[in-house]
Amino acid sequence: MTNEELITELTTIQPNLVPEAGGEWPNFFVEAADWPKLAQALRFKDDLFFDYLFCLTCVDWKTHLAMVYHLSSTRHRHNIVIKSKLNREKPEIQTVCDIWRTAEFHEREVYELFGVNFLNHPDLRKLILPDDWVGYPLRKDYEDPINMIKL
Amino acid sequence: MIEEIGTTEQGDLIINVGPQHPATHGVLHLVITLNGETIKKIEPHLGYIHRSIEKMCESLTYRQFIYTTSRMDYLSSHINNHGCALLVEKGLQIEVPPRAQVIRILMDELTRIASHILWWGAMAMDLGAMTPYFHAFRERELINDIMEETCGARLTMNYQVPGGVMADIHPNFQRRVKDIIKQLYKKLPEYDELVTGNTIFKARTQGIGYLSKEDAISYGVTGPSARASGVSCDIRKLYPYEGYEKLNFQEVMHTGCDTYSRYLVRMIEIRESISILEQLVDNIPEGDYQAKTKAVLKLPKGEFYTRVETARGELGVYVVSEGGTTPYRIKFRSPGFSNLCALDHMTRGQKIGDMVAIMGSLDLVIPDIDR
Repeated sequence: MTNEELITELTTIQPNLVPEAGGEWPNFFVEAADWPKLAQALRFKDDLFFDYLFCLTCVDWKTHLAMVYHLSSTRHRHNIVIKSKLNREKPEIQTVCDIWRTAEFHEREVYELFGVNFLNHPDLRKLILPDDWVGYPLRKDYEDPINMIKL
Repeated sequence: MIEEIGTTEQGDLIINVGPQHPATHGVLHLVITLNGETIKKIEPHLGYIHRSIEKMCESLTYRQFIYTTSRMDYLSSHINNHGCALLVEKGLQIEVPPRAQVIRILMDELTRIASHILWWGAMAMDLGAMTPYFHAFRERELINDIMEETCGARLTMNYQVPGGVMADIHPNFQRRVKDIIKQLYKKLPEYDELVTGNTIFKARTQGIGYLSKEDAISYGVTGPSARASGVSCDIRKLYPYEGYEKLNFQEVMHTGCDTYSRYLVRMIEIRESISILEQLVDNIPEGDYQAKTKAVLKLPKGEFYTRVETARGELGVYVVSEGGTTPYRIKFRSPGFSNLCALDHMTRGQKIGDMVAIMGSLDLVIPDIDR
Protein backbone atom coordinates (compact mmCIF):
# COMPACT_ATOMS: atom_id res chain seq x y z
CA MET A 1 0.00 0.00 0.00
CA THR A 2 1.18 3.50 -0.67
CA ASN A 3 1.42 6.02 2.15
CA GLU A 4 -1.83 7.76 1.10
CA GLU A 5 -3.74 4.47 1.03
CA LEU A 6 -2.37 3.58 4.45
CA ILE A 7 -3.55 6.89 5.89
CA THR A 8 -7.09 6.42 4.55
CA GLU A 9 -7.22 2.78 5.66
CA LEU A 10 -6.06 3.56 9.18
CA THR A 11 -8.36 6.50 9.72
CA THR A 12 -11.29 4.24 8.77
CA ILE A 13 -10.27 1.66 11.35
CA GLN A 14 -9.61 4.17 14.09
CA PRO A 15 -11.31 7.51 13.37
CA ASN A 16 -9.68 9.43 16.22
CA LEU A 17 -6.13 8.84 14.94
CA VAL A 18 -4.15 12.04 14.52
CA PRO A 19 -1.83 11.93 11.50
CA GLU A 20 1.41 13.88 11.75
CA ALA A 21 2.99 15.46 8.70
CA GLY A 22 6.64 15.05 7.77
CA GLY A 23 8.85 12.01 8.02
CA GLU A 24 9.42 9.36 5.46
CA TRP A 25 6.59 7.08 6.63
CA PRO A 26 3.03 7.84 7.79
CA ASN A 27 3.00 8.95 11.43
CA PHE A 28 -0.01 8.59 13.71
CA PHE A 29 -0.77 9.52 17.27
CA VAL A 30 -3.01 7.09 19.07
CA GLU A 31 -4.61 7.29 22.52
CA ALA A 32 -2.97 4.81 24.88
CA ALA A 33 -6.38 3.25 25.58
CA ASP A 34 -7.00 2.57 21.87
CA TRP A 35 -3.57 1.09 21.22
CA PRO A 36 -4.31 -2.64 21.89
CA LYS A 37 -7.25 -2.65 19.48
CA LEU A 38 -5.29 -0.82 16.79
CA ALA A 39 -2.27 -3.11 17.27
CA GLN A 40 -4.48 -6.17 16.73
CA ALA A 41 -5.86 -4.66 13.52
CA LEU A 42 -2.42 -3.67 12.24
CA ARG A 43 -1.01 -7.12 12.81
CA PHE A 44 -3.88 -9.36 11.70
CA LYS A 45 -5.73 -7.49 8.95
CA ASP A 46 -4.70 -9.06 5.66
CA ASP A 47 -4.16 -5.89 3.68
CA LEU A 48 -2.12 -4.27 6.48
CA PHE A 49 -0.24 -7.27 7.90
CA PHE A 50 2.39 -5.40 9.95
CA ASP A 51 4.17 -8.47 11.26
CA TYR A 52 7.57 -6.95 11.98
CA LEU A 53 8.08 -4.49 14.83
CA PHE A 54 11.52 -3.21 13.98
CA CYS A 55 11.94 -0.46 16.51
CA LEU A 56 10.26 0.26 19.82
CA THR A 57 11.37 3.21 21.83
CA CYS A 58 10.30 6.20 23.86
CA VAL A 59 11.07 9.92 23.72
CA ASP A 60 10.96 12.26 26.70
CA TRP A 61 9.42 15.58 25.64
CA LYS A 62 9.71 17.07 29.15
CA THR A 63 5.94 17.71 29.27
CA HIS A 64 5.02 14.14 28.35
CA LEU A 65 6.54 10.86 27.18
CA ALA A 66 5.91 9.52 23.69
CA MET A 67 6.08 5.84 22.83
CA VAL A 68 7.25 5.23 19.26
CA TYR A 69 6.53 1.99 17.42
CA HIS A 70 8.09 1.44 13.98
CA LEU A 71 6.22 -1.27 12.12
CA SER A 72 6.89 -2.96 8.83
CA SER A 73 5.21 -5.63 6.77
CA THR A 74 7.32 -8.41 5.33
CA ARG A 75 4.51 -9.27 2.91
CA HIS A 76 3.49 -5.85 1.57
CA ARG A 77 6.75 -4.02 2.32
CA HIS A 78 5.12 -0.93 3.77
CA ASN A 79 6.15 0.88 6.92
CA ILE A 80 4.32 2.90 9.50
CA VAL A 81 5.10 4.78 12.71
CA ILE A 82 2.63 4.79 15.61
CA LYS A 83 3.13 7.12 18.54
CA SER A 84 1.33 7.47 21.79
CA LYS A 85 1.55 10.31 24.27
CA LEU A 86 1.81 9.23 27.89
CA ASN A 87 1.42 11.11 31.13
CA ARG A 88 4.89 11.80 32.54
CA GLU A 89 3.83 11.26 36.15
CA LYS A 90 2.08 7.94 35.60
CA PRO A 91 3.02 6.56 32.18
CA GLU A 92 1.01 3.44 31.40
CA ILE A 93 0.30 1.61 28.17
CA GLN A 94 -0.83 -1.89 27.25
CA THR A 95 1.94 -4.32 26.29
CA VAL A 96 2.16 -5.64 22.72
CA CYS A 97 4.49 -8.55 23.41
CA ASP A 98 1.69 -11.04 22.77
CA ILE A 99 1.41 -9.63 19.21
CA TRP A 100 5.07 -8.96 18.41
CA ARG A 101 7.21 -11.09 20.68
CA THR A 102 10.31 -8.95 20.19
CA ALA A 103 8.49 -6.32 22.27
CA GLU A 104 9.06 -8.28 25.46
CA PHE A 105 12.73 -7.26 25.77
CA HIS A 106 12.31 -3.85 24.17
CA GLU A 107 9.53 -2.96 26.60
CA ARG A 108 11.64 -4.06 29.53
CA GLU A 109 14.36 -1.74 28.28
CA VAL A 110 11.94 1.19 28.00
CA TYR A 111 10.51 0.32 31.42
CA GLU A 112 13.83 0.73 33.20
CA LEU A 113 15.22 3.63 31.19
CA PHE A 114 12.02 5.74 30.98
CA GLY A 115 9.80 4.30 33.69
CA VAL A 116 6.91 3.40 31.41
CA ASN A 117 4.66 0.80 32.98
CA PHE A 118 3.54 -1.81 30.47
CA LEU A 119 0.26 -3.32 31.58
CA ASN A 120 -0.09 -7.11 31.35
CA HIS A 121 3.57 -7.60 30.48
CA PRO A 122 4.49 -11.17 31.54
CA ASP A 123 7.83 -10.34 33.11
CA LEU A 124 8.36 -6.63 33.70
CA ARG A 125 11.70 -6.40 35.51
CA LYS A 126 14.93 -4.47 35.00
CA LEU A 127 16.97 -5.90 32.15
CA ILE A 128 20.13 -3.82 31.83
CA LEU A 129 20.38 -1.84 35.08
CA PRO A 130 20.98 -3.36 38.53
CA ASP A 131 17.82 -4.16 40.46
CA ASP A 132 18.36 -1.40 43.03
CA TRP A 133 18.87 1.41 40.50
CA VAL A 134 16.98 4.61 41.31
CA GLY A 135 15.68 6.91 38.58
CA TYR A 136 15.14 6.63 34.83
CA PRO A 137 18.43 7.45 33.05
CA LEU A 138 17.12 8.38 29.62
CA ARG A 139 14.67 10.96 30.95
CA LYS A 140 15.84 14.50 30.35
CA ASP A 141 15.80 15.55 34.00
CA TYR A 142 17.85 12.59 35.22
CA GLU A 143 20.84 13.62 37.30
CA ASP A 144 23.67 11.41 38.47
CA PRO A 145 26.40 13.57 40.01
CA ILE A 146 28.91 10.71 40.24
CA ASN A 147 28.71 8.80 37.00
CA MET A 148 27.43 11.34 34.51
CA ILE A 149 29.86 13.39 32.46
CA LYS A 150 28.31 16.59 31.17
CA LEU A 151 29.77 18.07 28.02
CA MET B 1 23.85 -13.36 41.56
CA ILE B 2 25.20 -16.32 43.54
CA GLU B 3 21.86 -16.88 45.28
CA GLU B 4 20.37 -17.83 41.93
CA ILE B 5 22.21 -21.14 41.96
CA GLY B 6 20.12 -23.91 43.42
CA THR B 7 17.08 -26.01 42.79
CA THR B 8 13.48 -24.92 42.37
CA GLU B 9 10.47 -26.43 44.08
CA GLN B 10 9.82 -28.65 41.07
CA GLY B 11 13.32 -30.07 41.36
CA ASP B 12 14.75 -28.14 38.41
CA LEU B 13 18.35 -27.10 38.57
CA ILE B 14 19.26 -23.44 38.08
CA ILE B 15 22.73 -22.73 36.76
CA ASN B 16 24.53 -19.56 35.69
CA VAL B 17 26.51 -19.31 32.49
CA GLY B 18 28.68 -16.23 32.48
CA PRO B 19 29.16 -13.31 32.86
CA GLN B 20 32.68 -14.62 32.34
CA HIS B 21 32.40 -17.68 30.14
CA PRO B 22 34.24 -18.47 26.90
CA ALA B 23 31.06 -19.58 25.13
CA THR B 24 29.22 -16.32 25.66
CA HIS B 25 31.86 -14.36 23.70
CA GLY B 26 31.84 -11.56 26.20
CA VAL B 27 30.09 -10.61 29.39
CA LEU B 28 26.65 -12.10 28.83
CA HIS B 29 25.04 -13.70 31.85
CA LEU B 30 22.49 -16.46 31.29
CA VAL B 31 20.45 -17.98 34.09
CA ILE B 32 19.38 -21.40 32.86
CA THR B 33 16.67 -23.58 34.36
CA LEU B 34 17.45 -27.21 33.67
CA ASN B 35 15.42 -30.35 33.97
CA GLY B 36 18.10 -33.01 33.85
CA GLU B 37 20.00 -31.99 30.73
CA THR B 38 17.04 -30.35 29.04
CA ILE B 39 16.68 -26.58 29.04
CA LYS B 40 13.37 -25.31 30.40
CA LYS B 41 14.12 -21.62 30.32
CA ILE B 42 16.94 -19.19 29.60
CA GLU B 43 16.93 -15.78 31.15
CA PRO B 44 19.58 -13.34 29.94
CA HIS B 45 20.91 -10.77 32.40
CA LEU B 46 22.41 -7.87 30.49
CA GLY B 47 24.17 -4.66 31.25
CA TYR B 48 27.67 -5.67 32.29
CA ILE B 49 29.11 -3.34 29.65
CA HIS B 50 26.19 -0.99 29.26
CA ARG B 51 27.62 2.46 28.56
CA SER B 52 24.36 4.17 27.63
CA ILE B 53 25.61 5.22 24.24
CA GLU B 54 22.16 6.67 23.52
CA LYS B 55 22.43 9.10 26.43
CA MET B 56 26.02 9.92 25.54
CA CYS B 57 25.05 10.79 21.98
CA GLU B 58 22.58 13.39 23.23
CA SER B 59 25.53 15.60 24.15
CA LEU B 60 27.69 14.86 21.09
CA THR B 61 27.52 16.75 17.81
CA TYR B 62 26.49 15.16 14.52
CA ARG B 63 30.16 14.78 13.59
CA GLN B 64 31.09 13.13 16.87
CA PHE B 65 28.24 10.73 17.60
CA ILE B 66 29.12 8.54 14.60
CA TYR B 67 32.20 7.18 16.34
CA THR B 68 30.50 5.95 19.48
CA THR B 69 28.82 3.33 17.30
CA SER B 70 32.19 1.72 16.51
CA ARG B 71 32.08 0.52 20.09
CA MET B 72 28.72 -1.16 19.70
CA ASP B 73 29.25 -4.01 17.29
CA TYR B 74 33.02 -3.82 17.12
CA LEU B 75 33.21 -6.49 14.42
CA SER B 76 31.21 -4.41 11.96
CA SER B 77 32.17 -0.99 13.22
CA HIS B 78 32.58 0.41 9.73
CA ILE B 79 29.00 -0.52 8.82
CA ASN B 80 27.68 1.02 12.06
CA ASN B 81 29.48 4.25 11.21
CA HIS B 82 28.01 4.01 7.73
CA GLY B 83 24.46 3.95 9.09
CA CYS B 84 25.05 7.07 11.17
CA ALA B 85 26.80 8.93 8.35
CA LEU B 86 23.87 8.07 6.06
CA LEU B 87 21.47 9.53 8.59
CA VAL B 88 23.28 12.86 8.73
CA GLU B 89 23.47 12.94 4.94
CA LYS B 90 19.77 12.18 4.68
CA GLY B 91 18.89 14.96 7.11
CA LEU B 92 21.07 17.57 5.42
CA GLN B 93 20.63 16.22 1.88
CA ILE B 94 24.33 15.91 1.29
CA GLU B 95 25.28 14.30 -2.01
CA VAL B 96 28.08 11.79 -1.52
CA PRO B 97 30.63 11.66 -4.36
CA PRO B 98 30.67 8.38 -6.33
CA ARG B 99 34.24 7.64 -5.29
CA ALA B 100 33.31 7.82 -1.62
CA GLN B 101 30.31 5.57 -2.21
CA VAL B 102 32.42 2.86 -3.80
CA ILE B 103 35.09 3.10 -1.09
CA ARG B 104 32.35 2.78 1.53
CA ILE B 105 30.88 -0.35 -0.06
CA LEU B 106 34.33 -1.93 -0.44
CA MET B 107 35.06 -1.29 3.23
CA ASP B 108 31.62 -2.55 4.27
CA GLU B 109 32.12 -5.81 2.43
CA LEU B 110 35.65 -6.27 3.75
CA THR B 111 34.23 -5.75 7.24
CA ARG B 112 31.49 -8.28 6.58
CA ILE B 113 33.98 -10.89 5.34
CA ALA B 114 36.24 -10.31 8.35
CA SER B 115 33.30 -10.60 10.71
CA HIS B 116 31.93 -13.77 9.14
CA ILE B 117 35.36 -15.37 9.04
CA LEU B 118 35.94 -14.64 12.71
CA TRP B 119 32.48 -16.02 13.46
CA TRP B 120 33.35 -19.17 11.55
CA GLY B 121 36.42 -19.73 13.70
CA ALA B 122 34.61 -18.91 16.94
CA MET B 123 31.65 -21.12 16.08
CA ALA B 124 33.90 -24.09 15.41
CA MET B 125 35.76 -23.41 18.64
CA ASP B 126 32.50 -23.34 20.57
CA LEU B 127 31.92 -26.86 19.33
CA GLY B 128 35.35 -28.00 20.35
CA ALA B 129 37.41 -27.59 17.17
CA MET B 130 40.49 -25.49 17.88
CA THR B 131 42.21 -25.44 14.46
CA PRO B 132 39.64 -23.38 12.49
CA TYR B 133 40.18 -20.46 14.86
CA PHE B 134 43.78 -20.10 13.74
CA HIS B 135 42.83 -20.44 10.08
CA ALA B 136 40.22 -17.73 10.55
CA PHE B 137 42.62 -15.34 12.22
CA ARG B 138 45.17 -15.76 9.44
CA GLU B 139 42.76 -14.36 6.82
CA ARG B 140 41.23 -11.82 9.15
CA GLU B 141 44.66 -10.35 9.89
CA LEU B 142 45.12 -9.63 6.18
CA ILE B 143 41.84 -7.72 6.08
CA ASN B 144 42.77 -5.82 9.23
CA ASP B 145 46.06 -4.88 7.56
CA ILE B 146 44.11 -3.28 4.70
CA MET B 147 42.03 -1.36 7.23
CA GLU B 148 45.12 -0.26 9.10
CA GLU B 149 46.81 1.04 5.97
CA THR B 150 43.85 3.06 4.73
CA CYS B 151 41.91 4.02 7.89
CA GLY B 152 44.74 4.05 10.40
CA ALA B 153 43.06 1.59 12.74
CA ARG B 154 42.41 -2.11 12.73
CA LEU B 155 39.16 -2.54 14.60
CA THR B 156 37.37 0.74 15.33
CA MET B 157 38.07 2.33 11.99
CA ASN B 158 36.17 5.63 12.39
CA TYR B 159 36.68 6.18 8.69
CA GLN B 160 33.26 7.63 7.84
CA VAL B 161 32.46 11.31 7.98
CA PRO B 162 29.19 12.97 6.93
CA GLY B 163 29.62 13.43 3.18
CA GLY B 164 32.16 10.74 2.43
CA VAL B 165 35.21 9.15 3.99
CA MET B 166 37.91 10.74 6.09
CA ALA B 167 40.88 10.19 3.75
CA ASP B 168 41.56 8.77 0.32
CA ILE B 169 42.48 5.10 -0.02
CA HIS B 170 46.11 4.07 0.32
CA PRO B 171 47.95 3.49 -3.01
CA ASN B 172 48.33 -0.18 -2.06
CA PHE B 173 44.62 -0.62 -1.40
CA GLN B 174 43.54 -2.14 -4.71
CA ARG B 175 46.48 -4.53 -4.89
CA ARG B 176 45.88 -5.67 -1.33
CA VAL B 177 42.17 -6.26 -1.92
CA LYS B 178 42.98 -8.36 -4.99
CA ASP B 179 45.46 -10.34 -2.90
CA ILE B 180 42.87 -11.07 -0.25
CA ILE B 181 40.34 -12.15 -2.89
CA LYS B 182 42.92 -14.57 -4.31
CA GLN B 183 43.79 -15.82 -0.83
CA LEU B 184 40.13 -16.36 0.09
CA TYR B 185 39.42 -18.32 -3.09
CA LYS B 186 42.30 -20.60 -2.17
CA LYS B 187 41.37 -20.98 1.50
CA LEU B 188 37.56 -21.14 1.47
CA PRO B 189 37.52 -24.72 0.11
CA GLU B 190 39.85 -25.56 3.01
CA TYR B 191 37.31 -24.05 5.42
CA ASP B 192 34.62 -26.23 3.92
CA GLU B 193 36.81 -29.30 4.14
CA LEU B 194 37.60 -28.61 7.79
CA VAL B 195 34.14 -27.79 9.08
CA THR B 196 31.26 -27.67 6.56
CA GLY B 197 31.35 -31.33 5.60
CA ASN B 198 32.58 -32.56 8.95
CA THR B 199 30.36 -35.35 10.28
CA ILE B 200 30.70 -34.37 13.93
CA PHE B 201 29.92 -30.73 13.13
CA LYS B 202 26.87 -31.75 11.12
CA ALA B 203 25.62 -34.05 13.85
CA ARG B 204 25.89 -31.26 16.39
CA THR B 205 24.19 -28.58 14.30
CA GLN B 206 21.62 -30.20 11.99
CA GLY B 207 18.10 -30.05 13.36
CA ILE B 208 19.25 -28.06 16.41
CA GLY B 209 17.79 -24.69 17.39
CA TYR B 210 14.79 -24.61 15.09
CA LEU B 211 13.45 -21.12 14.37
CA SER B 212 10.45 -20.95 12.06
CA LYS B 213 9.90 -18.13 9.60
CA GLU B 214 6.95 -16.66 11.55
CA ASP B 215 8.85 -16.78 14.82
CA ALA B 216 11.92 -15.16 13.27
CA ILE B 217 9.79 -12.21 12.10
CA SER B 218 7.87 -11.98 15.36
CA TYR B 219 11.05 -11.98 17.44
CA GLY B 220 12.58 -9.36 15.17
CA VAL B 221 15.49 -11.58 14.17
CA THR B 222 17.38 -10.17 11.19
CA GLY B 223 20.52 -10.80 9.21
CA PRO B 224 21.90 -14.23 8.31
CA SER B 225 20.09 -15.78 11.29
CA ALA B 226 16.70 -14.80 9.85
CA ARG B 227 17.63 -15.52 6.24
CA ALA B 228 18.40 -19.11 7.27
CA SER B 229 14.70 -19.32 8.21
CA GLY B 230 13.63 -18.09 4.79
CA VAL B 231 12.92 -14.46 5.77
CA SER B 232 13.92 -12.03 3.08
CA CYS B 233 15.43 -9.21 5.14
CA ASP B 234 18.61 -8.03 3.44
CA ILE B 235 18.48 -4.23 3.69
CA ARG B 236 20.98 -3.99 0.83
CA LYS B 237 18.32 -5.52 -1.43
CA LEU B 238 15.09 -4.23 0.13
CA TYR B 239 16.04 -0.62 0.84
CA PRO B 240 19.24 -0.14 -1.17
CA TYR B 241 21.62 2.56 -0.05
CA GLU B 242 24.91 3.87 -1.42
CA GLY B 243 24.46 2.23 -4.82
CA TYR B 244 23.97 -1.37 -3.75
CA GLU B 245 21.13 -1.51 -6.30
CA LYS B 246 23.65 -1.30 -9.15
CA LEU B 247 25.59 -4.32 -7.98
CA ASN B 248 25.05 -7.89 -8.95
CA PHE B 249 24.73 -10.08 -5.87
CA GLN B 250 22.31 -12.57 -4.39
CA GLU B 251 20.40 -12.38 -1.15
CA VAL B 252 21.45 -15.65 0.43
CA MET B 253 18.44 -17.56 1.71
CA HIS B 254 17.96 -20.97 3.22
CA THR B 255 14.90 -22.80 4.46
CA GLY B 256 16.52 -25.23 6.88
CA CYS B 257 15.72 -23.01 9.90
CA ASP B 258 18.33 -24.81 12.02
CA THR B 259 21.85 -24.06 13.26
CA TYR B 260 23.45 -25.69 10.24
CA SER B 261 21.48 -23.48 7.80
CA ARG B 262 22.59 -20.38 9.67
CA TYR B 263 26.13 -21.64 9.25
CA LEU B 264 25.64 -22.23 5.53
CA VAL B 265 24.08 -18.81 4.93
CA ARG B 266 27.11 -17.07 6.40
CA MET B 267 29.53 -19.19 4.42
CA ILE B 268 27.75 -18.31 1.16
CA GLU B 269 27.53 -14.66 2.18
CA ILE B 270 31.33 -14.53 2.34
CA ARG B 271 31.38 -15.57 -1.31
CA GLU B 272 28.74 -12.99 -2.26
CA SER B 273 30.78 -10.30 -0.56
CA ILE B 274 33.85 -11.40 -2.48
CA SER B 275 31.88 -11.07 -5.69
CA ILE B 276 30.93 -7.48 -4.74
CA LEU B 277 34.59 -6.73 -4.05
CA GLU B 278 35.53 -8.12 -7.47
CA GLN B 279 32.94 -5.95 -9.22
CA LEU B 280 34.17 -2.77 -7.58
CA VAL B 281 37.86 -3.05 -6.91
CA ASP B 282 38.89 -2.10 -10.46
CA ASN B 283 36.04 0.36 -10.93
CA ILE B 284 36.68 2.97 -8.26
CA PRO B 285 35.66 6.24 -9.95
CA GLU B 286 38.02 9.18 -9.89
CA GLY B 287 37.06 12.32 -8.03
CA ASP B 288 36.56 13.60 -4.52
CA TYR B 289 36.40 11.27 -1.58
CA GLN B 290 34.42 13.73 0.51
CA ALA B 291 31.64 16.21 -0.20
CA LYS B 292 32.09 19.75 0.99
CA THR B 293 30.11 20.24 4.19
CA LYS B 294 29.70 23.02 6.70
CA ALA B 295 31.93 22.97 9.75
CA VAL B 296 28.94 22.92 12.11
CA LEU B 297 26.16 20.54 11.14
CA LYS B 298 22.60 21.22 12.24
CA LEU B 299 19.90 18.72 11.35
CA PRO B 300 16.50 20.27 10.61
CA LYS B 301 13.72 19.74 13.14
CA GLY B 302 12.11 16.37 12.65
CA GLU B 303 12.68 12.66 12.83
CA PHE B 304 15.05 10.58 10.77
CA TYR B 305 15.51 6.85 10.44
CA THR B 306 18.09 4.95 8.45
CA ARG B 307 18.86 1.28 8.31
CA VAL B 308 21.88 -0.61 7.11
CA GLU B 309 22.75 -4.28 6.87
CA THR B 310 25.57 -5.10 9.27
CA ALA B 311 27.19 -8.50 9.51
CA ARG B 312 24.62 -9.41 12.17
CA GLY B 313 21.47 -7.92 10.72
CA GLU B 314 19.57 -4.71 10.50
CA LEU B 315 20.97 -1.72 12.34
CA GLY B 316 18.44 1.09 12.65
CA VAL B 317 19.41 4.61 13.65
CA TYR B 318 16.52 6.76 14.84
CA VAL B 319 17.20 10.42 15.55
CA VAL B 320 14.79 13.03 16.86
CA SER B 321 16.14 16.47 16.10
CA GLU B 322 15.09 19.78 17.57
CA GLY B 323 17.16 21.70 15.01
CA GLY B 324 20.24 22.00 17.19
CA THR B 325 23.79 20.76 16.82
CA THR B 326 23.18 17.67 18.95
CA PRO B 327 20.43 15.04 18.65
CA TYR B 328 17.49 15.43 21.04
CA ARG B 329 17.02 11.69 21.28
CA ILE B 330 18.80 8.90 19.53
CA LYS B 331 17.97 5.22 19.44
CA PHE B 332 20.05 2.44 17.99
CA ARG B 333 18.02 -0.56 16.98
CA SER B 334 20.86 -3.01 17.28
CA PRO B 335 20.61 -6.39 15.56
CA GLY B 336 22.21 -8.25 18.48
CA PHE B 337 19.59 -7.18 21.00
CA SER B 338 16.71 -8.31 18.82
CA ASN B 339 18.41 -11.57 17.90
CA LEU B 340 18.92 -12.31 21.58
CA CYS B 341 15.13 -12.07 22.10
CA ALA B 342 14.76 -15.37 20.25
CA LEU B 343 17.39 -17.27 22.26
CA ASP B 344 14.99 -18.47 24.96
CA HIS B 345 12.46 -19.66 22.38
CA MET B 346 15.09 -21.49 20.30
CA THR B 347 16.73 -23.32 23.20
CA ARG B 348 13.64 -24.55 25.04
CA GLY B 349 13.55 -28.32 25.07
CA GLN B 350 17.09 -28.61 23.73
CA LYS B 351 20.05 -30.11 25.54
CA ILE B 352 22.40 -27.88 27.51
CA GLY B 353 25.31 -28.88 25.25
CA ASP B 354 23.44 -27.65 22.19
CA MET B 355 22.82 -24.26 23.77
CA VAL B 356 26.39 -23.26 22.93
CA ALA B 357 25.90 -24.21 19.28
CA ILE B 358 22.62 -22.30 19.05
CA MET B 359 24.06 -19.22 20.69
CA GLY B 360 27.10 -19.40 18.43
CA SER B 361 24.88 -19.55 15.35
CA LEU B 362 23.12 -16.32 16.37
CA ASP B 363 26.50 -14.56 16.28
CA LEU B 364 25.95 -12.42 19.35
CA VAL B 365 28.33 -9.57 20.04
CA ILE B 366 27.74 -8.39 23.59
CA PRO B 367 28.57 -4.65 23.32
CA ASP B 368 25.99 -4.56 20.54
CA ILE B 369 23.35 -5.97 22.89
CA ASP B 370 24.18 -3.74 25.84
CA ARG B 371 24.99 -0.52 23.95
